[in-house]
Amino acid sequence: MSWVGKSALRKEGEKKLRGIAKYIDDISFEGMIYGTTVRSSTPRGILKKIEFLPGVNWDEFIKVTAQDIPGHNYVALIEKDQPFLAQERINHPEEPVMLLAHANKHLLEKARKLVKLHVEPLPPVFNIEDSLSQKALVWGKNNIFKSYSIDRGDVETAFKKAFVIIEGTYETGAQEQLYIEPNGVLAIANPQEGVTVWGSMQCPYYVHKALLPLFDLPPDKVRVVQAETGGGFGGKEEYPSVICGHAALLAWKSGRPVKIIYDRMEDMVATTKRHPSKTKIKIGFDKSNKLIAMDIDFSIDGGAYATLSSVVLSRGTLHASGPYFCPNIKIRSRAVATNCPPHGAFRGFGAPQSIFALEKHLDLCAKKLNLDPAILRKSNLIKTGETLGCGQVIKEKVRISEVVERALQLSSYHKKRKLFLKQNSKGPLKKGIGLSVFMHGAGFTGSGETFLASIAAIRANEAGKLEVLTSNTEIGQGTNTIFSQMTADALKLDLKDIEVVQPDTSKVPNSGPTVASRTCMVVGKLVEQAAQDLKQKLISAQLLKEKYTRSEFLAACKRYRKEIGELKGISQYKAPPHVVWDEQKYQGDAYGAYAWAAYVAETTTDLRTFETVVDNFWAVQEVGKVINPTLARGQIIGGVAQGIGYALYEDVVWHEGKMVNNKMSNYIMPTTLDTPDIDVLFLELPYAYGGGGSKGIGELPLDGPAPAILNAMDFALDLELTQIPTTPERLMEKIERKTP
Amino acid sequence: MRGYLPDYTFESANSLKEALSFCEAGAKAFAGGTDLMVLFEAGLLAPGKYLDISRLKELKGIKNSKTQVTLGALTTYSQIRNHLILTKQFPILGLASREVGALAIQNRGTIGGNIANASPAADFPPGLLVYDAKIQLISTEGIRTLDYSRFHLGYKKTELRQDELVLSVSLKPEFQKYHHFWRKVGNRRAQAISKTMMAGIAKTTKKTIQDIRIAFGSVGPTAARCYHVESFLKGKAINTQNIQEAKQLLSKDIHPIDDIRSTGKYRLRVSQNVLEEFLCGIG
Amino acid sequence: MKKITLTVNGKKVSVQVHPFARLLDVIREGLELTGTKEGCGEGECGACSVLLDGELVNSCLVPVLQANGKAILTVEGLSKKSLCPLQKSFMKCGGAQCGICTPGMLIASQALKKKKKRLSPKDIREGLAGNLCRCTGYSQIIESIQKSGDRT
Repeated sequence: MSWVGKSALRKEGEKKLRGIAKYIDDISFEGMIYGTTVRSSTPRGILKKIEFLPGVNWDEFIKVTAQDIPGHNYVALIEKDQPFLAQERINHPEEPVMLLAHANKHLLEKARKLVKLHVEPLPPVFNIEDSLSQKALVWGKNNIFKSYSIDRGDVETAFKKAFVIIEGTYETGAQEQLYIEPNGVLAIANPQEGVTVWGSMQCPYYVHKALLPLFDLPPDKVRVVQAETGGGFGGKEEYPSVICGHAALLAWKSGRPVKIIYDRMEDMVATTKRHPSKTKIKIGFDKSNKLIAMDIDFSIDGGAYATLSSVVLSRGTLHASGPYFCPNIKIRSRAVATNCPPHGAFRGFGAPQSIFALEKHLDLCAKKLNLDPAILRKSNLIKTGETLGCGQVIKEKVRISEVVERALQLSSYHKKRKLFLKQNSKGPLKKGIGLSVFMHGAGFTGSGETFLASIAAIRANEAGKLEVLTSNTEIGQGTNTIFSQMTADALKLDLKDIEVVQPDTSKVPNSGPTVASRTCMVVGKLVEQAAQDLKQKLISAQLLKEKYTRSEFLAACKRYRKEIGELKGISQYKAPPHVVWDEQKYQGDAYGAYAWAAYVAETTTDLRTFETVVDNFWAVQEVGKVINPTLARGQIIGGVAQGIGYALYEDVVWHEGKMVNNKMSNYIMPTTLDTPDIDVLFLELPYAYGGGGSKGIGELPLDGPAPAILNAMDFALDLELTQIPTTPERLMEKIERKTP
Repeated sequence: MRGYLPDYTFESANSLKEALSFCEAGAKAFAGGTDLMVLFEAGLLAPGKYLDISRLKELKGIKNSKTQVTLGALTTYSQIRNHLILTKQFPILGLASREVGALAIQNRGTIGGNIANASPAADFPPGLLVYDAKIQLISTEGIRTLDYSRFHLGYKKTELRQDELVLSVSLKPEFQKYHHFWRKVGNRRAQAISKTMMAGIAKTTKKTIQDIRIAFGSVGPTAARCYHVESFLKGKAINTQNIQEAKQLLSKDIHPIDDIRSTGKYRLRVSQNVLEEFLCGIG
Repeated sequence: MKKITLTVNGKKVSVQVHPFARLLDVIREGLELTGTKEGCGEGECGACSVLLDGELVNSCLVPVLQANGKAILTVEGLSKKSLCPLQKSFMKCGGAQCGICTPGMLIASQALKKKKKRLSPKDIREGLAGNLCRCTGYSQIIESIQKSGDRT
């Protein structure tokens, strides 16, 4: 009886369905007070003065500024450029300057509005072009956080020999993660006991790392506990460090527990978004429509501080040339600074941006070459033995052709193209069908996993359960359930024998962050290995034979604990032998494994209102092994829905670096009436180094929808769309510019 | 939640008489609260005295006779959408109520609130305008009836005096022989604030327009009838040329702007297309 | 402050609150029933959905005075010792992922099921259009309701 591969019920499902799962705002402590953040409204400038206007009794309020920071005023992540609280310089609208706390959370809001910040403005930049042209120098020596270069073969010569060269420029906008539970934290902090924070988060150890220098405390004096988290999608990867630091500073100063909960308006205006991007692609084909040269120039807007932009850039760069073989590739990429709130992680993490550009461009190429877009792609797909853009030789079997075939077949892609062409000759409703083909590398790039050196543990506890100890969080994707399945299989136990411990840095080892589609594949493997380690300990202690029953196992655990002591199995990450990455040259095996996918979107555009609806969607992917079909399918459908939003609805409206449509009535995510039934098919090809044979799938579904949808629209309307979101207003402009 | 509770008082009126004296004393009345509570939560609701009128029997109920239908001000979107006779006689009102927000909003929002709140994007006004509705306003001095077309005076300005409440809206069920048309264009299929919306009714004989009324919402400071387009189309044949000219004339009747949700250009173009869709449909 | 009496999940309770306080806050803080959630503060997301005298409403938009004397159903009232058929179906069909929209979804689904016995996917999509979910893409929620049987 194997649990892996079955739709085991969600481990914490019953709590969530009864409404008794405790999210951070459901938790209160005795003597708790509330905190709020005073933010700059000027995008860039010099903070001259903080003025307290009359209207409240200011003596009642706890006030914290940069001056009150016991340790160092930077958010530890990659660079040290982002302060917890602005001291002298303001670099983006909504930058935190001061914190206030009070027992009355409504009075707190009144007070917040009575703090006036005097800022002497400095010239800001708000887009990639202005940043690159250094209209103003806003970060470092040249506004560039990071840049990458990839060179394969000789593109210059190859372009000279190319039969056809096609160029295009593509843009993607910011996207708000829009987890339904906003950011929140509860903190207790004092010099005697240290700092403890409970919060909505994806990465407790990131928060832990950030709180240490803030308070100048040793690791054992800081404790971070994840509360039940209502969605993350990357939006709670690095941002929680900031809000946790803030709550802890107020707690430190007041001596009281402090709760900070952002309301939706604040969460949207102040926290991270997906990096906007601009990509220029030039592709050369030979006479038989084979890719012989690719020149890709990829820029992303990182906002005011570096945060994770270098890593987003890296992933975007490494995915830019897609699942195709091309002998000559040149990629130049950079992440630039602007005066918007820092952009950050959002499911896909750079890949949706670069893949959008490539997959859009290939449809343009197909059009210009008078080829079917599916045929153009199929003839260029990478094969075993060939090398990807990053220099990775694909050594394993690749089922991408099969994936593409299944997607075309399920969607009746070719039949519909013919049918729609005919149908579209009459009437205002134009139907389209569009394809995207892509891959997504799971786990941290290159040597990232080695650097993380993640540790997972399994422990036999006093109640006779086997506890899974990792810092990987359940944020809806199913961490608790799949870890339980893998552990139960590894130890040949029942699901009910397994408990996944709530991530708490005082209780669990650092198994790395819950990001990069790594939890199931990388950490799942560690969990399995830790389980094996525990089992080995029992066998070595001669308390268990190689073949055993469930009750024998549980009895052995009990005996071990009684006679020997703590029973724990541990595993630390070691890179699979086949993964070799050169960080200096920035080439090699970028990822241990790729999931491979082909998505097809069917759309209808109403030329009267310029609205586009996705009528049908097919998502086909090879994912190693499906650990839990219901959970896996849920991930794909949910991701596709976010991709539909990315393509058509989710427009961040900026005004001088500030998001002005920061309400759910004005920032539009799809409702039940805006999403179709999404057809999901999985192919399998077990990956030996992934937990249960799996590859990561969390981010994969964000890469495909936007280009597939726009390719469908281009087909329907005979256009060449290049920008997302393609709102009805933008579509109208494109259509009207085309018709004389 | 940015509202500061001590800034507000809120009381329930036990009778219409009591409510009206509260209004006279300066209290602001509301029922469903689907607009007002949003302001409150955003910290934008003016501090002061507020009055709950959600329980007033006198403002409830749909009464219909052969010659008149009267909707109490507290009639909710859900009640309208589920009323078989009303939606048959005034299809536009039925369609408009189905497309507001979603069910939870429809259960609370009222026709009186929608009218009195006077958002340019309010859903009922266009339909009420084409159906020649009348509105009854009540105060301690008594009831006054106005043509609904006279009720909205400008952006968020109405005939409603501080001491008055909307009592009811009345319509004459005399549109059986008309075509009825409603189109709301928003940014998604539910929970959408409209970019443009059109109500249109027309009576035709052999492809000639006998009577036509067209009203748009969200494309001006208030919803408004399109008198230039209407007077052009009355008596004309429904053909391509006349439809195109009507579309051109529309820019005289509506004045859409750029805002956070859309552009004036888009709103105008789409309004013209929606008008065309209506006219093609009755031809 | 005013004394407000509510029948919550079948039980009569009284609280002393400001009459303009949001019903959502009274439920969560006054009555300590934290199953009902705040997602947007403006009646867009439906995470705060409750039944008020049997009707689906956004509790963040209801001032508690207007609920005085009325009956409220929150997610805590759906199950007793065992889960109700709807909740069991959500478990089986993967209708909940992060769970934050789930209480609102369940309440909205319950309201739908009480209105009509045989629900088509179209009925369900329309009935839940005021409940936003960022995790599931809705399909498995719709399937959960379809497969929940006739009993409510």
